[in-house]
Amino acid sequence: MSWDWEVFCRNTSDTTIVEPMCWAKAPDITYFQWMLHAWGWTLGVAACAWIIALIFGFLIGTARTLPNSPVLTRLANGWVELFRNIPILVQLFLWYFVVPKAFPAFQAVPGFVLVVFALGFFTSARIAEQVRAGIQSLPRGQRYAGLALGFTTAQTYRYVLIPMAFRIILPPLTSEGMNLLKNSSVAFAVSIAELAWFAMQAQEETARGDEIYLGVTALYVISAFAVNRAFAFIEKRTRIPGFIVAGTGGGGH
Amino acid sequence: MLGNLDLTWINWEVISKFVASGFWFSVELTIVSTIGGIIFGTVLALLRLSGKSALATPATVYVNGMRSIPLVMVLLWFYLLVPRIIGRPIGPDYSALITFVAFEAAYFSEIMRAGIQSIPRGQVYAGQALGMSYAQNMRLVVLPQAFRNMLPVLLTQTIILFQDTSLVYAISAHDLLNGFQNAGKIYGRPEEAYLMAAIVYFILCSALSFLVKRLQLKIAIIR
Repeated sequence: MSWDWEVFCRNTSDTTIVEPMCWAKAPDITYFQWMLHAWGWTLGVAACAWIIALIFGFLIGTARTLPNSPVLTRLANGWVELFRNIPILVQLFLWYFVVPKAFPAFQAVPGFVLVVFALGFFTSARIAEQVRAGIQSLPRGQRYAGLALGFTTAQTYRYVLIPMAFRIILPPLTSEGMNLLKNSSVAFAVSIAELAWFAMQAQEETARGDEIYLGVTALYVISAFAVNRAFAFIEKRTRIPGFIVAGTGGGGH
Repeated sequence: MLGNLDLTWINWEVISKFVASGFWFSVELTIVSTIGGIIFGTVLALLRLSGKSALATPATVYVNGMRSIPLVMVLLWFYLLVPRIIGRPIGPDYSALITFVAFEAAYFSEIMRAGIQSIPRGQVYAGQALGMSYAQNMRLVVLPQAFRNMLPVLLTQTIILFQDTSLVYAISAHDLLNGFQNAGKIYGRPEEAYLMAAIVYFILCSALSFLVKRLQLKIAIIR
């Protein structure tokens, strides 16, 4: 087979090749512009869902380690079980189709927001699990030290436990961030105009699957790599010298 | 509050007519790709740990490549490429099987690699001191222990795999979710069908992860 990279320069409405730079003037767009647009949706969905996932992940994960609140702990455990044991695609359909039908108030909520909820809550359960493990991995003395200083439970968490746990779980948080980016591809199923959806549509229209898929795959790899680097940067910036030695290079044998 | 939802149309006939075949395909996909993924994953892990860059580099590229692409894209890629490689059209179901084995091999290889690395070096030296060849050492000493150490993680990955089978939606293969979807379409109740699908997945995955937790305790005691 032969490559035909000009497919990206084609106008999406009349398939003529657009010069220069494969950049058509509005209202026309080329497949290249469409792909960049789809990339924006992918990043947008993932970024918004990440915010929800972080907030709920830390709240739920913290609740699971509270010493004297069995009800809260149980609720938080239930939350994690619920969102971890249903496939993300099915959860997406629940938010997109079932919730608006069961609760008519949700019919006014845009599809994008529902997708963000689905991905965000799904990821929050996984982050909650990391947060719980991170807090429980701290020596018990840390909590006692906080209490001995006269901190309330909230203050102990705010000033002692969470800052430590956050640094410990940064490596698994990195992979959750990359997972979220990859999982955002399920949004194709409800026709959010993100990369996977673009790949299917453009493949159908142009029959140039190889070039289109390669372009989309490259953007996913670039995005995942960027997320990875961003977390490495955060890890470096928040490191406390001589304290927690996570990721001591080498390893292996 | 759930007054708009009507689940009364779902009965045994609907399940056996639409859902059962999809369920069996999901199970088949999970079992085949778990076994295939563990076999190929172990090979990949051994290649990466071989210390010979001619073997290790391609394996590393393959594993990291697969792990940085969404499964949906891998499904689309294989659906496009496999018919071209074998020279004849292929149904979505077979394409899904091949994709899952190839994709999961990358994830299982990371688990097996960690498992092999968790075996103390002394075990390998002991095997060598007994005059075992590399293959014998791996087969009789290292891999059985690595496999056992990693059993809970391997099973957890299998549960994730079972959930991921729902993504064959991308190439319209007939899995458990698709079965519910078809039933929902025929009866004009797609929302209820999705709700039922969620409940079924939840029950199955919860039960499986409960069993894995039990097993984990059992293994921990024996050791």
